[in-house]
Amino acid sequence: MRRDAQAVLLLLVGGGLIRLAWTGDYLDYVKPYAFWLILPAGAVLLVVAAVTAWGAWHERKDGHEDHGHDGHGEPKVAWLLLAPVVGMLLVAPPALGSYEAERTGTVVGAEAGRSSYPELPDDVDPVPLTLLDYAARSIFDDGLTMEGHRIQLRGFILYDGDEPQLARMVVSCCAADARPVKIGLDWEAAGARPELAADQWVEVVGVYTSRQGRDEINGELVPYIAVESVTGIPTPDNEYQ
Amino acid sequence: MPHNETVSAELAGTEPAGTEPGSVDPGGSAVPGRSSDLGDSGDAAETAPTEPSPPVAPDDFPPPTPKRRGPTSIEALALLLVFGLTARPGLVELFAAPAAQAWAARFVAVCVQAFPFLVLGTALSAAIAAFVPAGFFHRVVPKRTALAVPVAGIAGAVLPACECASVPVAGALVRRGVAPAAAFTFMLASPAINPIVVVSTLVAFPDDPRMVVARVTASLLAAVTIGWLWARLGRTEWLKAPAHRHHENGKWAAFWAAIRHDFLHAGGYLVIGAAIAAALNTLVPETWLAPIAEHPVLGVLALAVLAVLVSICSESDAFVAASLTQFSPTAKLAFMVVGPFVDVKLAAMQAGTFGRRFASRFAPAVFCTAVAASVLAGVVLL
Repeated sequence: MRRDAQAVLLLLVGGGLIRLAWTGDYLDYVKPYAFWLILPAGAVLLVVAAVTAWGAWHERKDGHEDHGHDGHGEPKVAWLLLAPVVGMLLVAPPALGSYEAERTGTVVGAEAGRSSYPELPDDVDPVPLTLLDYAARSIFDDGLTMEGHRIQLRGFILYDGDEPQLARMVVSCCAADARPVKIGLDWEAAGARPELAADQWVEVVGVYTSRQGRDEINGELVPYIAVESVTGIPTPDNEYQ
Repeated sequence: MPHNETVSAELAGTEPAGTEPGSVDPGGSAVPGRSSDLGDSGDAAETAPTEPSPPVAPDDFPPPTPKRRGPTSIEALALLLVFGLTARPGLVELFAAPAAQAWAARFVAVCVQAFPFLVLGTALSAAIAAFVPAGFFHRVVPKRTALAVPVAGIAGAVLPACECASVPVAGALVRRGVAPAAAFTFMLASPAINPIVVVSTLVAFPDDPRMVVARVTASLLAAVTIGWLWARLGRTEWLKAPAHRHHENGKWAAFWAAIRHDFLHAGGYLVIGAAIAAALNTLVPETWLAPIAEHPVLGVLALAVLAVLVSICSESDAFVAASLTQFSPTAKLAFMVVGPFVDVKLAAMQAGTFGRRFASRFAPAVFCTAVAASVLAGVVLL
């Protein structure tokens, strides 16, 4: 691989990273804090690309055609770096959603060790909670802290058989370790059940119910919420939690 | 002028140069056994076959004038880019299926998460290659390998990064004359016991600090064992001869050249590993795990194998382990000890840095040692 080709490759990888950071699309793949990792990494790669290009240009000016025998035959395997560039810039896959969530067990067990469940504020109605927080308070604290509060949850819809559930992907490092947390929807209070499409983002307002189900994939408990209202919302910038 | 370099065997005289066909490659030509790495026809010009030659500087030959001028790599690259841009609608269509999208999202995610650490690791390794004087490690690292190994293991705690960074650093250490046994111990221990990983493990298991103690103990134990095993049984000819570094003009030129080479090289292998890990993650359904979770022995083995397959970064594997609640604590420990030691992504990178003959022996040995160490630590500590 010639020097100038290497420079272009480095430019593409570095530029791809910076573009992800710039557009905010990186949130589909990694945690928000990774912004401060990918931006400098992209910048370093651009500098390396610039130094490489400058060296290649300088050499040519001095009359040396570069035949690639710097190093031990530059690695052909480097061509594979085009794959993530294509992935980042051209394919740009969306964040993991219901397809993934339907195939992975709910993650709530990780919160089993949590010891304190702070009281919810009285002056907010409904109280916004994350799905993971709601599930942990329901399962490990029997919903005690949620008595007398209306709760607001935001997530996407997935189907467990023909029953819609609310879910959100929990990511601890990157999307490769994404696991869903699932909440069942109890429609008794709401009456009719509206038509909900899988992957549709919704805001659910409701109250705690002691009803619980089990996730068939890993046997974990799935808490329910007694739904009062469901409203469609636009997909958030950061779909993971 | 970067062409008056001499080929230097920097592996401190331990390398019987040329014993492994294709490993020592002074002419910079394509290696027969490795040219199938990636079917790339664009390199015809600079990989013109050179006759087996004594290790002399490439410039002693007249510049190999290509007889038939094939497309150069820059032209191939331009063609690929044009193709990629025009084929974009087709690509989007190709990745329209939910499984393909899930695979692509995971693949991109692993790459995006790993590249910054790879850049950090290659920058560190380039700095070691360019700025650390050759005699430094001889002075600092204990002479006796038996002693150097545990020192290297504990020193691993200072590199606060995941395994993507530690592989190139270990490569640079070997090139700088550190005993391979010590460098491997450093490579294994660093991603498992550094402060970031310790803190994330503590956060993932808030009520169970013993898990952190067990993880650090088991990882260090296994890393040191591997180092000692290598010192006794390891053979230098399993290692690919380290890349011949040029004595470019000045240290900075060497530094930039090393980053460029290491990133392109290790990055390529990282992409292979990421693609495999993303595929396994997407295709292997989790339901397979549930029935064996209860079994004490199978549970440990299942999570150890899972750690190899899913290739999660060592900074986050504790959170995943914590969420695998059906499994015993020892099984979770095995997941966290095996993961940073050997996984698909890592094996690909090690094969790239140290050679396939190395990786095919190293990976199984490391896997068994890591499982044994976690079982031991699990029995004693958990």
